[in-house]
Amino acid sequence: MSAEVHDHEHHHKDTFITKYIFSIDHKMIAKQYLITGIIMGVIGVGMSLLFRMQLAWPEESFRIFNILLGDKWAPNGVMTNDIYLSLVTIHGTIMVFFVLTAGLSGTFSNLLIPLQIGARDMASGFMNMVSYWLFFLSSVIMIGSLFVESGPANAGWTIYPPLSALPQSISGSGLGMTLWLVSMAIFIASSLMGSLNYIVTVINLRTKGMSMTRLPLTIWAFFVTAIIGVVSFPVLLSAALLLIFDRSFGTSFFLSDIYIAGEVLHYQGGSPVLFEHLFWFLGHPEVYIVILPALGITSEIIATNSRKPIFGYRAMIMSIIAIAFLSTIVWGHHMFISGMNPFLGSVFTFTTLLIAIPSAVKAFNYITTLWKGNLQLNPAMLFSIGLVSTFITGGLTGIILGDSTLDINVHDTYFVVAHFHLVMGISALYGMFAGVYHWFPRMFGRMLNKNLGYVHFWVTAICAYGVFFPMHFIGLAGLPRRYYTNTAFPLFDDLQNVNVLITVFALVGGAFQLVFLYNFFSSIFYGKKAVMNPWKSNTLEWTAPVEHIHGNWPGEIPEVHRWPYDYSNPNHDVDFVPQNVPMKPGEEVLHH
Amino acid sequence: MTSLLVIIVLVLLAVALWQLTKIFDLTQVGSNVDSSEVATDKDNDIQGYLMFGFLAFIYIFTIYGLFTWGPLVLHTPASAHGGEIDFLMNITWVLIFIVQAITQVLLHYFAFKYRGKQGQKALFFADNNKLEAIWSVIPAVVLAGLILYGLYAWTNIMFIDEDEDTVVVELYAQQFKWTARVAGEDNVLGKANVRYIEGVNTLGVDLADPYAQDDIVVSELHIPKGKKIHFKIRSQDVLHSAYMPHFRAQMNCVPGMVTEFAFEPIYTTSEYRELPYMIEKVANINAIRTKKSAALVAKGETALDPYTFDYLLLCNKICGSSHYNMQMKIVVDTPEDYKAWLKEQTVLAEQVKAAATPAPVEGAMEADSLKVKETAATSKVVMK
Repeated sequence: MSAEVHDHEHHHKDTFITKYIFSIDHKMIAKQYLITGIIMGVIGVGMSLLFRMQLAWPEESFRIFNILLGDKWAPNGVMTNDIYLSLVTIHGTIMVFFVLTAGLSGTFSNLLIPLQIGARDMASGFMNMVSYWLFFLSSVIMIGSLFVESGPANAGWTIYPPLSALPQSISGSGLGMTLWLVSMAIFIASSLMGSLNYIVTVINLRTKGMSMTRLPLTIWAFFVTAIIGVVSFPVLLSAALLLIFDRSFGTSFFLSDIYIAGEVLHYQGGSPVLFEHLFWFLGHPEVYIVILPALGITSEIIATNSRKPIFGYRAMIMSIIAIAFLSTIVWGHHMFISGMNPFLGSVFTFTTLLIAIPSAVKAFNYITTLWKGNLQLNPAMLFSIGLVSTFITGGLTGIILGDSTLDINVHDTYFVVAHFHLVMGISALYGMFAGVYHWFPRMFGRMLNKNLGYVHFWVTAICAYGVFFPMHFIGLAGLPRRYYTNTAFPLFDDLQNVNVLITVFALVGGAFQLVFLYNFFSSIFYGKKAVMNPWKSNTLEWTAPVEHIHGNWPGEIPEVHRWPYDYSNPNHDVDFVPQNVPMKPGEEVLHH
Repeated sequence: MTSLLVIIVLVLLAVALWQLTKIFDLTQVGSNVDSSEVATDKDNDIQGYLMFGFLAFIYIFTIYGLFTWGPLVLHTPASAHGGEIDFLMNITWVLIFIVQAITQVLLHYFAFKYRGKQGQKALFFADNNKLEAIWSVIPAVVLAGLILYGLYAWTNIMFIDEDEDTVVVELYAQQFKWTARVAGEDNVLGKANVRYIEGVNTLGVDLADPYAQDDIVVSELHIPKGKKIHFKIRSQDVLHSAYMPHFRAQMNCVPGMVTEFAFEPIYTTSEYRELPYMIEKVANINAIRTKKSAALVAKGETALDPYTFDYLLLCNKICGSSHYNMQMKIVVDTPEDYKAWLKEQTVLAEQVKAAATPAPVEGAMEADSLKVKETAATSKVVMK
């Protein structure tokens, strides 16, 4: 293997195109994913700021609306209801799929799987490249859909038919929805290629000594996430295809007995509830596809920066697997009041609340890892601690939403919005930020400025709670989500102040992400040069040279002799013992 | 102008950031401060204290929120099963607050307490089966309790006893309005399908069905207090959701099928208006509206009407552009008032008949315009 790599280096000189564009090197592909993800993130977050402004100051005129949305969608600077729904829809789609699935998993699975398991590259570099370029293509189509005449998709990111199937029912269900579906189909193909690659690589390409029980928790998280993706994404693909059939070829998979715009449509015998089942069979595991990699990243960063082994390594693996398994049998909790048989509701309540157990184990294990540590409070560590905080705050309200009885009255209100933004949105974003701060030196060979990182974290942390904590209350007051304005209901007039406060926090929080962007892009070129192992970490990626080379290690691939969490091991004088350091004669393994 | 200002602010912000980082760099020149961007002891100290401060922030914000926004949330359920839901909700909230209070303290306090110092070594503490058993079993037991009570309540609420003496009402959803159909004296709804929609028969009721003869179609629903109302819910176009927050009731409206929900109202509209919490809430809302009206009048627009409370049926599933304004008033009457109201209503069959006979001028006009619509629809089909 290593001889082959040397050959490769001698005979081919990388051109600009093979190095930066159609690269098959996992490290370059990781960077491509990250930067595309960041661009999509800027768009997605920007959209949320626009519709937050509309919610705080309904139907008021803002010049910025007119500039960004144009005369058609914001005449005289007043946002129209159709574009409001588009912004909400595309914000959800972009954040869930393009930022927190592709941006997060794509970046860190690609960067870390080969480097942390001791492999030269992914199992299939070519497929990896195709995976990225399909993702890029789907991003382009999704962004392109913003510019079509009839407007982008606006049936909500869940695109429930008939609304998404009938152009008569809403403007965005014309070409906008077609592009949405095409984009998602390509996205799913990309995601499947990526996931298969991750699975094969983890199973087959681990270096000598790297048994499954010596894998860093990051790898466990990416591995299990990839399995969930392979199991559930095809179901969404089939739902999308069936929806395309209903839209374009007159089938009735999801439609029946419809009278719209003065005529009865021919559809007969289908059911939108079937679509909901198919959608949430991916949709719920998707939540874990988003959060598990973030939790994996956090596990690694908290252990490294606590200078302590992660508490309960095996329990952490078991809880990842348990969460993954349960995630595929809980989708019905999105459908308690969809009209499905209430008995199913009881079953899904049961399985859903079970997920709280492995989640609680994870939260407590993180807290115990901090106990009696020697915490290095780097920005990455702050974001990881922040993740645990928002994961707990957001996760706890899941006990309410997972309980069918309580869900009746808070379903589809702002309470749900507050819950999932904290538990998967903010938490996963924190995981992504933590990962960027931690592995930036590994990606770009330079360091991010830590003081800017601190400013970024604290403002973000305060604004995240500032946005989503009050949102629980307006949800409990019965305010439905996806309302363009609440002015049609005097009943909700007393919630307007809260909406203004939320928006102010959102705008400040959004603006301070510029600190991160500045730090990120300027540090790529002007950051301090990184040393090989700046955080004194145990995992293999820090044994590779700072300069990226094909094949990752110049000589032999390092051999692994111990687990990744020998921090402050009493048998050693230094507080970290990398995985490739052989056991001392007679050294005992101090963990289960 | 505003956009220019925004751009200037952004540029200035970037410049300020750049200068700040430069200053940080300059202060570190010549000193032996580690400039590797790794946290130093000083950083750990500052960040540790900030973590502690953040804990205070979370607590203060929570308490502030409970006092300021707590009174805004839904109060006193207006239905018999609502008490059960609220009881379970309150138990769950107590649990959540206990767990939240403890875990956030531990997390942030540890982050402060164990902030790192150079040369210090952490405790090697890799696992402990006893501890892990504790925090697997405790949540499991607590959740088992919640699940059992939740399922008990769910079964009570959702499984509707067909033999029970109920008032059967259909809720009918379409973009962007609600209509209701009261089952009338026989308490059975006539069959319906969108294919029967024609003229005044906007709900597609099968007028040949004997059960349909006494059905009453209304756009403002009255229901009697103290009797279980059995809602059968339909939609003619897209998904909607029938949400009645004060009754703790919600069910999706699915084209192609009939969904159900049942509850017993326990306060009439006027009784609910008199609840102390509601009087206070309405006063508060009206204070806000008066202030807004003053601003509107100053701008030369009309003032807002004062608000009085009414039960509402809202749409709570995105259904199109005007989703945000799809509502129907629900009035809970005493049984006597309800009977009186029912008497005033004309049954659908009569309305259809009246529309068909070309007697009064207005009716004829209506029928004519309907015909025009129909022809338009047919021509559309032909063109297809």
